[in-house]
Amino acid sequence: MSDGNITISGRFVCMPAVLLLLLVATAPIAAGDWKGVDEAVVERVAQEHGREAKKPLIDPGDGDILLFVFLLAGVAGGFAAGYYWRMLTERKFTGNGSAHRP
Amino acid sequence: MQLILFTLLLLSIATPAHAMHIAEGLLPLSWAGLWFVVAVPFVILGVKRLTEISRDDLSMKPLVGLLAAVVFIISCMPIPVPTAGTCSHPCGTAITAILLGPLVSVVVAAVALLIQALFLAHGGLSTLGADIVSMGIVGSFAGWLVFRGMRSVGASLAVAAFMAGLITDWATYLATTLELAAGIRGTAPFWPLAGKIALAFIPTQLPLGILEGSMTAGMVVLLSRKRPDLLVKMRVLKQHEVTVHV
Repeated sequence: MSDGNITISGRFVCMPAVLLLLLVATAPIAAGDWKGVDEAVVERVAQEHGREAKKPLIDPGDGDILLFVFLLAGVAGGFAAGYYWRMLTERKFTGNGSAHRP
Repeated sequence: MQLILFTLLLLSIATPAHAMHIAEGLLPLSWAGLWFVVAVPFVILGVKRLTEISRDDLSMKPLVGLLAAVVFIISCMPIPVPTAGTCSHPCGTAITAILLGPLVSVVVAAVALLIQALFLAHGGLSTLGADIVSMGIVGSFAGWLVFRGMRSVGASLAVAAFMAGLITDWATYLATTLELAAGIRGTAPFWPLAGKIALAFIPTQLPLGILEGSMTAGMVVLLSRKRPDLLVKMRVLKQHEVTVHV
């Protein structure tokens, strides 16, 4: 990669964070009740055609239990991603297409 | 420290997600069964491919583990979209399709969708086949084809990955639109209903597609800096494109 390419690559690395921040930061000024598109689109259109969503097989409920389950999923997914990211990136690249432990 | 920061970030976004996954019972059994029949061969081929690459190179296992966790998290991460006043989530399958190939990406998506359907009430079990087809198969193959196509005409890694992420997101929601319209239409005409659903998705998914493209490009570029050898092995990068890091 040339220096110019690295600059462009750097922008692409930062862009997701900036866009995400922008979306979240501007959220309060937009009117809306922040339903998921499944509720706002999928289930609404299905209901118009006589199809209703059923309760899931394992129903975690609607209140804080569902939040708790998502929290657990976030923790498990986060630890797994962090663990494997560390495994991948603690290697040093030698430049000839191979990698070795430092 | 990185691990703790990453986990804290994920904890902050751990809220129930409602988006593209089709909920339990929305599709008639005949359509739900058809999508399972379509999905199963891709999942079987994906498992075979995953076994091959893991056997040939042990360093692929942490990459598969990382990407599986990333797809699982991304595909249940609700993001508010001010232009629509609704929330939706990216898919993450473009990253896996680019780095591991579309077949392995189908398996990763299937596992993430199964866990979400079982324990998070995010998508249904009867509609799992339809969700695998839209997010796993259509999303992965669309992203992979766009990435390979753009690279073959000389696009940079970042631009090709951005376009792959963008098209993966939009193709996934287009597939969901067609599945839904076919399943729920009854005696109503197909195309007007499909158009109506697609139009309803647009305000949310247009900006999210751009975000997904940026996330995909960011992840691919980051890995190309940290582990270019892996990207060379998976034929994402050519040897002469690799920068020497010492």
